[in-house]
Amino acid sequence: MPKIKVEDLDKISEEVRRITLLREGAGRAKITVHMGTCGIAAGAREIMNTLLVEIEQRNIKDIILATSGCAGLCSKEPMATVELKGEAPVKYIELTPEKIRYIFSEHVLGGKIVGEYALAIGSERVG
Amino acid sequence: MERYRTHLMLCAGTGCVSNKSFKIKEALEEEINKRGLQDEILVVMTGCNGFCAVGPLMVVQPDGIFYQNLTVDDIPYLVEEHFLKGRPVPKLMYFPHEEKEVIPRMADIGFFARQTLIALRNRGLIDPERIEEYIARDGYRALAKALTSMTPEEIIRIIKDSGLRGRGGAGFPTGRKWESRRRQKGEPKYVVCNADEGDPGAFMDRSIVESDPHSVIEGMIIGAYAIGANEGYVYIRNEYPLAVKRLKVALGQAREYGLLGENIFDLGFNFDIKIKRGAGAFVCGETTALVASIEGKPPEPRQRPPRTTLWGKPVVINNVETWATVPVIISRGADWFASIGTEKSKGTKVFSLVGKINNTGLVEVPMGITLREIIYDIGGGIPNGKKFKAVQTGGPSGGCIPADLMDLAVDYERLTEAGSMMGSGGMIVLDEDTCIVDVAKYFLKFTNDESCGRCTSCREGSEALLEVLDRICNGEGEEGDIVFLEELGEAIKDASLCGLGQSLPNPVLSTVRYFKEEYEAHIKYKKCPALVCKGLISYYIDPSKCQACLICLRNCPAEAITGGKNQLHVIDQSKCTKCGICLDVCPTRFGAVTRLSGEPVPAPPPPEERVLVRAKLSKEKGEIA
Ligand SMILES: Cc1cc2nc3c(=O)[nH]c(=O)nc-3n(C[C@H](O)[C@H](O)[C@H](O)COP(=O)(O)O)c2cc1C
Repeated sequence: MPKIKVEDLDKISEEVRRITLLREGAGRAKITVHMGTCGIAAGAREIMNTLLVEIEQRNIKDIILATSGCAGLCSKEPMATVELKGEAPVKYIELTPEKIRYIFSEHVLGGKIVGEYALAIGSERVG
Repeated sequence: MERYRTHLMLCAGTGCVSNKSFKIKEALEEEINKRGLQDEILVVMTGCNGFCAVGPLMVVQPDGIFYQNLTVDDIPYLVEEHFLKGRPVPKLMYFPHEEKEVIPRMADIGFFARQTLIALRNRGLIDPERIEEYIARDGYRALAKALTSMTPEEIIRIIKDSGLRGRGGAGFPTGRKWESRRRQKGEPKYVVCNADEGDPGAFMDRSIVESDPHSVIEGMIIGAYAIGANEGYVYIRNEYPLAVKRLKVALGQAREYGLLGENIFDLGFNFDIKIKRGAGAFVCGETTALVASIEGKPPEPRQRPPRTTLWGKPVVINNVETWATVPVIISRGADWFASIGTEKSKGTKVFSLVGKINNTGLVEVPMGITLREIIYDIGGGIPNGKKFKAVQTGGPSGGCIPADLMDLAVDYERLTEAGSMMGSGGMIVLDEDTCIVDVAKYFLKFTNDESCGRCTSCREGSEALLEVLDRICNGEGEEGDIVFLEELGEAIKDASLCGLGQSLPNPVLSTVRYFKEEYEAHIKYKKCPALVCKGLISYYIDPSKCQACLICLRNCPAEAITGGKNQLHVIDQSKCTKCGICLDVCPTRFGAVTRLSGEPVPAPPPPEERVLVRAKLSKEKGEIA
């Protein structure tokens, strides 16, 4: 480790914060992938991995990716819930890697809800 | 390393480690690997989470799910259910006393929800052995701010305005101490962190050093810059091996980053810290004894000069918690800190909550919170439906506060007025089964052992107090004992050199003040109302309840119980050692063994009447059925 200067604190923080932010349960957006048995069987793990890769490649630090159990609508799995800070959560259903990538850039990053994949908006609280 | 979706924050404080949290870690990692989740789930060993009562414990982030009392056997199921299938496991969650439902999320558990974290701001959130994680939680920003944009005088001004007072015991205003040492002539100057923490039952300082060592280091660098010191010591007891290890790692990393050593941040300030290990005598925490110990002399308190010095040079000594609070005040400002707390006691205080309380652990609360809130809302009340009797605060220098002062707002002034003190933050909860004279005796025994022996008043005075308390507990109390305790107590306070002697009578004086009847019951009526003092109680088997089951008879180590099959059991009082085993083993459905105090033991039935008439009993049973 080299000796650091004051400016380096920001650099170190940025690198590490992406990891530690997750622990504080706070961020610009939270995406919950429903990974109950049904979700996993339907391909939720692939959805999760797609999101992890998106976040990694775009070098995003303030989005939290979480998992939860079955959302109660097993026939529509895989599902994910997107919750932007201060906005109602949106549930997306019957996801594929392509769909979730699209949702990620449109809704999570762009703030525009992707109505065609959404189940219901604001129907319940996440978290 | 960036792609983990879940962090398992597993507590690795001393409490959880002794409950095998490292074994849990191995089991978790093994199971996670087996399930192929190693790239998705990260196990982080954190410092003490504070809720030691339910350790080993783990918080699953980002969801904040709290798991407690984990065992290695729980892990395969937990990993499969929660981390593979996404179904949190209720049976491993927190179960509030007297409620039916578990509380899954840490933030919703009363123990955590009612706390305000300043000194403990990073507990459970960072790996204490990675400086980068401290930095990511705004660590070393206060130092950067201090060195780039503040003069030493400005820093001292802020600490003064914040109202911060020392957390080690006496509550001296920190800013004033720094100011006087800055002005004091003499070079070099030193800063010292007092991590001796000798109070029985106290572990706040250990926990801070274990869970967030950089917060203490950063505070010390800022303090050193403020007073103009280039050298510092952490005086820490050798009985804290994990804290010492983490501190060493932290100092090493801070040096590599150039946060200690020459030319910190390339801003021209030099400072480094050495560790000085103490052998764990209580008196070593006292300022003058502590500096003597660092100087390599016997750790005896000295006549206190107006300002304590180290090798004849100016020194600032502050407690661990005080140092850990400094960076936050520098970052967030004096007004913010002063807005928390009461008129003369600002900010928060860490307490170790132990004794007869459901949620044993470490809590940080704003000054001014009531004892009731601490004991019931955070501490979850008294176990087994027992009544709250008193709380002992301030350690061996403190006193007992009775139940009718439950709504006392906790700050330096109120606790002192109540005859106790803040001390370093020990809080021992006593229930109705605790004998108050026994408690006073316990603390006195401690200070009597720990007295360095230099002052006659402390050395012999504590001995004399102890002798009287021993007599009272043995049923040999005499008229006049209470007055003697009070007078001798005051005399010891006046005549002793250091805080140990000056405060050792407090546990006696405060209990005499609030629980005089209990002392009188012991002395006049030879009765221990809590049924604790061996010299005043007798064990007795109620012949109407005894079922001649032989259990107590076989378990009595003194062979003091006679009887046999179908022969009522009787305790031979002359042989009984009052160990209480008969009471513990007597089946609760019989409840035949009881304790008596202040009344004669009824004579046993004559030998010819000791035959147990079972037929009658079974007939009665038959009738009921
Ligand atoms: C017998 C005795 C033991 C003490 N033990 C400690 C201790 O373990 N830790 C501590 O910080 N202060 C202890 N103190 C208080 C210190 O003398 C001193 O007041 C304190 O370290 C100053 O730091 P502060 O102003 O930050 O509280 C003790 C005092 C006495 C009289």
